[in-house]
Amino acid sequence: MSLIEITEVRKSFGPNEVLKGINIDVAPGEVIAVIGKSGSGKSTLLRCINGLETIDSGSISVAGAQLLPDEAHLKALRLKVGMIFQQFNLFPHLTAGGNVMLSQMVVKKTPKPEAEAVARRMLERVGLAQKFDAYPDELSGGQQQRVAIARALAMQPTALLCDEVTSALDPELVAEVLAVVRELAAEGMTLLMVTHEMKFARDVCSRVVFMHEGRVHEIGPPEDVFAKPGTPELKQFLGMQ
Amino acid sequence: MNYVFSFSWLAEYYPVLLKGILITIELTVVGGLLGVALGTTCAWARALGPAWIKPPVSAYVELIRNTPFLIQLFFIFFGLPSLGVRLTELQAANLAMIVNLGAYSCEIIRAGIQATPRGQFEAGASLAMTPIQTFRYVVLVPALQRIWPALSSQVVIVMLGSAVVSQIAAEDLTFAANFIQSRSFRAFEAYFVSTVIYLVLAIVLRQIMAGVGGMLFARRSVR
Amino acid sequence: MIEFTLWDILRNLLLAARWTIVLSLVSFIGGGVVGAILLFMRIGGSSLLRAFTRYYVELFQGTPLLMQLFLAFFGLGLFGIDVPAWFAAGLALILWTAAFLTEIWRGCVESITRGQWEASASLGMGYVQQMRYVILPQALRVAIPPTVGFSVQVVKGTALTSIIGFVELSKAGTVVTNATFQPFIVYGLVALIYFALCWPLSKSSQILERKLNVAHRNH
Repeated sequence: MSLIEITEVRKSFGPNEVLKGINIDVAPGEVIAVIGKSGSGKSTLLRCINGLETIDSGSISVAGAQLLPDEAHLKALRLKVGMIFQQFNLFPHLTAGGNVMLSQMVVKKTPKPEAEAVARRMLERVGLAQKFDAYPDELSGGQQQRVAIARALAMQPTALLCDEVTSALDPELVAEVLAVVRELAAEGMTLLMVTHEMKFARDVCSRVVFMHEGRVHEIGPPEDVFAKPGTPELKQFLGMQ
Repeated sequence: MNYVFSFSWLAEYYPVLLKGILITIELTVVGGLLGVALGTTCAWARALGPAWIKPPVSAYVELIRNTPFLIQLFFIFFGLPSLGVRLTELQAANLAMIVNLGAYSCEIIRAGIQATPRGQFEAGASLAMTPIQTFRYVVLVPALQRIWPALSSQVVIVMLGSAVVSQIAAEDLTFAANFIQSRSFRAFEAYFVSTVIYLVLAIVLRQIMAGVGGMLFARRSVR
Repeated sequence: MIEFTLWDILRNLLLAARWTIVLSLVSFIGGGVVGAILLFMRIGGSSLLRAFTRYYVELFQGTPLLMQLFLAFFGLGLFGIDVPAWFAAGLALILWTAAFLTEIWRGCVESITRGQWEASASLGMGYVQQMRYVILPQALRVAIPPTVGFSVQVVKGTALTSIIGFVELSKAGTVVTNATFQPFIVYGLVALIYFALCWPLSKSSQILERKLNVAHRNH
């Protein structure tokens, strides 16, 4: 039984079709890397799964929650699947703890003491227990991204979408964020991540999706995709020609 | 110039002045709070609201911003009774100030909302917040913080503008000055004293707005 | 009792609106000239003049325009001058406009980056040359939209002169209302005439600002 079902998804921006019929099924606990050139539609796909973009046709469901453009369905979907952004998008007026507590209290109506306890646990999980009262601009990029992960985890999603989570980071800060993601994968979290970190994808992922011009060009376990690319486009992308 | 300034009337008339000051303060507090609340609602409507709500809100904002406060006041106090809406002087003055500040603060706050990075809206949405929740808990406070100086200036402008409510016989500070000059025939002194009082009120109000801003946007731990 | 048609009302209001326009022009142009002088005092070398203009602006921005009108009207009378309302109105509005324009323009001059001062200084220009050839031409472009925008405040400000007895649009509104007992229609029309005067100014200020922003992005 798949956790995430993406069926024949099409999406256009004006005359430009960026997703041309995408089919991917993700099983619970799978870790999937989505790779491809910029403009191949990989970020758009992720944003569609979270309902940040509407789709023109096809269907997306996560653990039974369908992507439909009304508020109730969007909320149900987003409770199942969290998202981590390239630019962190922490709320600047709230502390790290406040960032992690806000949606629990507002969306799930969790009482404050409980939300705080969860926030502390989640921050501890990403190694930032001591930064509970720090504001985003007092944290490094890597720390901010870890807070963003804690914030998403606090909603207890069944799956996480990671949209180039290390691309905005200085090179020396990439490792600390990837370590957190690696740990989540080890704990059995279902992950769908757009990434440029090929080594990480090879080490951690169960499957790799190569997207090219709005289509799933190749899909398979990393040992196949990286070692035996079947198409010239993937070979070129991997720099093997 | 052989005019002799005299402020001896102050002894007799200071209760009148005091009452006027209190009414000017009352008008400013009510107009300021409700006006900014109205402006925030309209700013939400213009920046993020449904399509049907935008034209009427824009019309309201443009109409108010392009007509004198005095005429708005006259229209509300003298004009509305022919629609069956009869207000006391103070009610009319309060309403005019709320409506006026509502339109100006709408435009100021809207600018603050529109300067919000897209990612903030998306982060709120991805955490399953509704658009209204995202606006209320994520967007609003940083947006207000961005435009607080401009909003503070506008509140001061509206306080000073309230001087004209004396024209519908609302008994504010200017009304007191008019009253005193008609009794004591010390026109210049009466207006001079009330001008100085307005200046002090403006300076104090600016401090208060800065203090309120400091409280609203203070960095505090969540406990 | 005389019957007033809508046209009678409108005609009387429009006739009075001429004086609103005249007073607005006088105040805006006069205020611009005084404002320019104050601007050079504000950004010039003399700390005494700088302090003077700072307090001048503070005073006119920190007190009601209505009080300024009263003080001009009654204050000039103290000097034994029999002041007509139009004179007190014009004087107060010019001084008030000058205070706001000075402050707007100062912001524009200060928005020109340090690099422009340094670059022109490195080319051997003196203060006056820097101002004349480098700073002011740039500041002027930035200043046009808010200056046009402020003209709306001037037009609306002239409404207050009705209170000291100058007969313009607002005063005519009151007079016509007293004759017709139709405040809803009369003040509604007065508002529309003000709107017709102000809205084009507001709109062009917005358009100019948008153009300026686009031009800046293309730099």
